[in-house]
Amino acid sequence: MNVSAQRRRLAMTRFANSFRKDRSGMTGVVILAIFIATAILAPILIPDAALDVTKADGGRFEGPSFSYPLGTDESGRSILLLLAWGTRISLTVGIAATIISMVLGTAFGIAAGHFRGAGSHALVGVTDWFLVIPFLPLAIVLATVLGPSTTNLIIVIGITSWAGTARLIRAQTLSIEGRPYLERSKALGAGNWYQMSRHVLPNVFPLVLANTTLTVAIVILSETTLSFLGLGDPQAPSWGALLDRAFSSGAVSRGAWWYVLPPGICVVLVVLAFTLVGRAMERIVDPRRAS
Amino acid sequence: MGSKVLRAFITLAFVVMFNFFLFRMLPGDPIGLYARGRNQDPEQLVELRRALNKPLLEQFITYLRNPFDSTIDSTRFSRPVWEMIGERVWPTLLLLGTAILLASLIGIWIGIRAGWKPGGRFDRMSTGTTLILYSMPEFWLGMMLLIVFSVGAFGIPGMFPVGGISSPGVDTSGPMGWLNVLWHLVLPCTTLVLIYLADYALVMRASLIDERKQEYLTLARAKGLRDTMVRKRHAVPNALLPTVTLIFLSLGFVVTGAITVETVFSWPGLGLLTYEALRGPDIPLLQAIFLMFSIAVIVANLIAELLYVVFDPRVRS
Repeated sequence: MNVSAQRRRLAMTRFANSFRKDRSGMTGVVILAIFIATAILAPILIPDAALDVTKADGGRFEGPSFSYPLGTDESGRSILLLLAWGTRISLTVGIAATIISMVLGTAFGIAAGHFRGAGSHALVGVTDWFLVIPFLPLAIVLATVLGPSTTNLIIVIGITSWAGTARLIRAQTLSIEGRPYLERSKALGAGNWYQMSRHVLPNVFPLVLANTTLTVAIVILSETTLSFLGLGDPQAPSWGALLDRAFSSGAVSRGAWWYVLPPGICVVLVVLAFTLVGRAMERIVDPRRAS
Repeated sequence: MGSKVLRAFITLAFVVMFNFFLFRMLPGDPIGLYARGRNQDPEQLVELRRALNKPLLEQFITYLRNPFDSTIDSTRFSRPVWEMIGERVWPTLLLLGTAILLASLIGIWIGIRAGWKPGGRFDRMSTGTTLILYSMPEFWLGMMLLIVFSVGAFGIPGMFPVGGISSPGVDTSGPMGWLNVLWHLVLPCTTLVLIYLADYALVMRASLIDERKQEYLTLARAKGLRDTMVRKRHAVPNALLPTVTLIFLSLGFVVTGAITVETVFSWPGLGLLTYEALRGPDIPLLQAIFLMFSIAVIVANLIAELLYVVFDPRVRS
């Protein structure tokens, strides 16, 4: 145990050192740090009144000014404050949905790669089905059945986004299954669960982590799209919901660019940051795949 | 080849089953929703209610007999759903067809230039740009283009219409009408081209970089071929194959763009119809749209797989 713990620590240090040398990966980390700080500090810095429509003190669709750096929305609230609060919701939904997606994807991938016969065929079949079905129509149908709420949004995105991960993990599992140490542990009488949890999982885990950061990026984009279509909680002003309100309140035809531009920039920055970090991790963990 | 067709059919069968049972899980009274705000014959309502009270399996069999039943009405528009879908197909085909064609031409060109000299100046610039485009919600890009080029902002006058497929009162059957449609097509099409080409350029670049390592390129160079010839004659045709397949395979991703961008530009296609259906929610319409999009994507996937077999002898064995 001690030996393996030590080896793991060494691998972590080596990983951290290679990551620090990756310039685009570090850029991503810095951008993410700023957004995460905003998300954590939002409830402390922003008074509740700033989000309350009845207590809004600005004019409707006012352009950027000294007291409202990013202007106001259709009910006179400060867009800057709404945006900061939206960071919290968008990141929460993004991370929660990613956790569901990764757990499902890893479980399906390892099981599909480990077992043989009909069970494996069924698992691969389910994965392929989710890969083929177009994401947005499926998500719309699921979200309509479940009803609009933040929890349902997380569930819907989690259910619709795990299949890519499962396929990747299955391929990796298959290559691990052929290695001698797994044969040895089978010969010594290890059960399926022991083999999967003790030998396969630790080996696919670095890949899972790299894939997680890439999945967060896709999931946040999905959240924005679904919220824009009105499938999220109308009370929770995520970035997508902000864009939905901008669209339905006629900000576009008024030319209120200060209402539309900032939420999109935030989405682009966060998605780009996660993608940069994910690609940097992939380069280190699996240099062959990331050409 | 037969197994691929069979697999597509099984996938389709699961879509039909999923589509049927999922909507039976809906809470609330579907008949009440259907009859709300309409002058419905009470006898007809009793008839509908009796149909819904039948055992689930019996209902399923009735549904299976004809999933494209032409008598199923939309709850919001009181018209047969498949008729509505039929009307909306052409605007979507026009928009998506133009966008995919332009995006694949531009995307592949960018991918070739970037992938032939990876790490070079063009590659760094184009990869940066494509990554940013890739991170963009397509409807947001559409809204920004609308504000800048249609309403007018930052000193740019509005030049394009704010939405729709043609100006009211314009006859779209003549050449002037086509020009009018083209004028309406510019902004939504530009939005989709920018979003799609990012994906295609990244794929083409990666595929060309893979191809560069192949030994036959060394041989071609050893024969004394110029670099441009090696690229045009040997590397690109081979790298093109996976890219074209992926363009077909990415139809699911294309559908996402169509739904939101058509909504932003009020483009009267299937995407806008989806938005109208989910705002209701108009369950029969939504069900039909889901079935239609799924079939389209499954068929496109099948075509991609079959094309691959035809064009790449290596996978035939």
